[in-house]
Amino acid sequence: MNPNLIVFCVLATLTVFAAVGVVFFPNAVRSALSLVATFALLSVLYLTLNANLLAWTQLLVYAGAIMVLFLFVIMVLNLRSQPALDDRRDPKRLIGAVLGAAFVGLIGAQVFTPLFSTSDSILAPKDYGQPQAIGMALFTDYGYPFEAVSVLLLVGIVGSILLAKRRLR
Amino acid sequence: MGWIHDELAAKGAIAALIRAVLWAVPILLLLIPAIWFERRLLGWIQDRIGPNRVGPFGLLQPIADITKLLFKEEIIPSGVDRFTYVLAPILALIPPIILGAGVPYGEYGLYQLLTPVSDLNIGVLYLMGVSSIGVYGLVLAGYSGNNKFSLMGGLRASAQLISYELAMGMSLACIVLATGSLKFTSIVHSQEQPLWGVPSWAPVQNWNILTPFGFLASLVFVVCMFAETNRPPFDLPEAENELVAGYHTEYSSAKFVSFLMAEYFAMLVYGTVFATVFLGGYNLLPFNWDAVATNAPALAGLCHAMSWLSLNLAPLWLVGKIAATVFVYIWVRGTLPRLRYDQLMNLGWRSLLPLAVANLIVVAIWVVAVSTYGPLPGMGIAIGIMLVGLVVYVNVVSVGRRKSDPLASRSITMVDVAPERLAIVEPVEPQPTGAG
Repeated sequence: MNPNLIVFCVLATLTVFAAVGVVFFPNAVRSALSLVATFALLSVLYLTLNANLLAWTQLLVYAGAIMVLFLFVIMVLNLRSQPALDDRRDPKRLIGAVLGAAFVGLIGAQVFTPLFSTSDSILAPKDYGQPQAIGMALFTDYGYPFEAVSVLLLVGIVGSILLAKRRLR
Repeated sequence: MGWIHDELAAKGAIAALIRAVLWAVPILLLLIPAIWFERRLLGWIQDRIGPNRVGPFGLLQPIADITKLLFKEEIIPSGVDRFTYVLAPILALIPPIILGAGVPYGEYGLYQLLTPVSDLNIGVLYLMGVSSIGVYGLVLAGYSGNNKFSLMGGLRASAQLISYELAMGMSLACIVLATGSLKFTSIVHSQEQPLWGVPSWAPVQNWNILTPFGFLASLVFVVCMFAETNRPPFDLPEAENELVAGYHTEYSSAKFVSFLMAEYFAMLVYGTVFATVFLGGYNLLPFNWDAVATNAPALAGLCHAMSWLSLNLAPLWLVGKIAATVFVYIWVRGTLPRLRYDQLMNLGWRSLLPLAVANLIVVAIWVVAVSTYGPLPGMGIAIGIMLVGLVVYVNVVSVGRRKSDPLASRSITMVDVAPERLAIVEPVEPQPTGAG
């Protein structure tokens, strides 16, 4: 166990608990706050990987903008905690649990061996994750996909305006 | 003292702690003059005297104010959501203090070791990220109050802060584009260069507010800064004549004080950021004193003295610029009435955001033109494109909008209502009154 692994394990455990909280809190606002905590902890995980730009973009876009809008909607609809509607003998629960366990096993089999076998911390290259390097990569090597994604987002914006406007003039 | 210097030079953990304390404590202390300044200045603007009894010129009044507020009875209403109710003031108070971690307040000698707290390579992004986290304090305070008025305050806060953050980010992006770096230290350094487009013998420094596009960006930034700190005329989340006290209706005593303090800290730190990004940071005046001394040898002694002052008392000049920004805050508060909610949204989305985006495009053209054709032709090309854009806007877009809907600038239309669903109000015939 090297210190890096301990830091990672603590952060990852907290992140997983926060993510579990999103599903298990009966109150919608608490769930949303758990999701905010998940995003914040994920950005800390990115920071430990030297991905500064990605970490702060994650915080800015997800925690700072999208989740605020989620909270806005929850508060406008005034969602209070609902009585549980689930049926305890529903067979779907069992199937879901088995599939979930299988998924954890599948990922764990891939992840755990390399995770515990690496002993040395690998140093990142000098400008790894820095804005200059990412900007150069985005606008030179990945220029075409970048523009395609931006057009896709534009289409999304136009579509949402069309949905919001019920009748076109 | 030697070991402290070594530790600072090594930039270890203790040095980081010292730098953080040297950033946070002055901000906490500046709260006291800021409250005094606001109360006295508002008094003068409103033709009153203002508080002048506690200490000389009323200077100790803020201490009396805060002591009074802290020693009030703390009431936690029984209907509140306990967890978020306690969490909200903390979330409101922390972001403003850590907001300026990348901002330097000096460069010469020891200052280089003491500031900034962290010379982040993504300084501007960090600023935007932390300021966007600051919304949660207000939103959660509004939600946890379990009360329609505070809920409305929280809703308004979230909508307002998200809307103005976009325009603020765009105006900062203009400066980032012109500087070529997200670091606040690089932004200050780029403002020490000779002014763009001015011949090289002129000793004027390139403060961003002196360049035409930087000036436009600074206007957008100032308006967004007011909205982000919830100061009048943008204090809709706590509009007292509509919402009692908005998001902090249910708060009392220390928790209320922390919202109050958060507002002042945000004001001070945004003032610092404004001074750093647009007003040349910790430099005293926008002159390159060495160049002045070379051009006018008679003034060499004065230039030397000014240069010494500018370098050695750097934090003082930054505080002076913060005071100027706070003065503008209070001046605007005393002058302008609060915006209506639709006016707020129109200003953010229809005026500031398009202006900031257009400015960003012009700055991009400017940077390319300057690097291709040299400073003066580049400036000419950029200003030409800006004027063409302005003419097109005024003659085509603006006129078209006004023709299509005379009330377009006054209303938000999210969903169109079919005309047959609008109730037609019958004009009421005036009844003849009695037998005359």
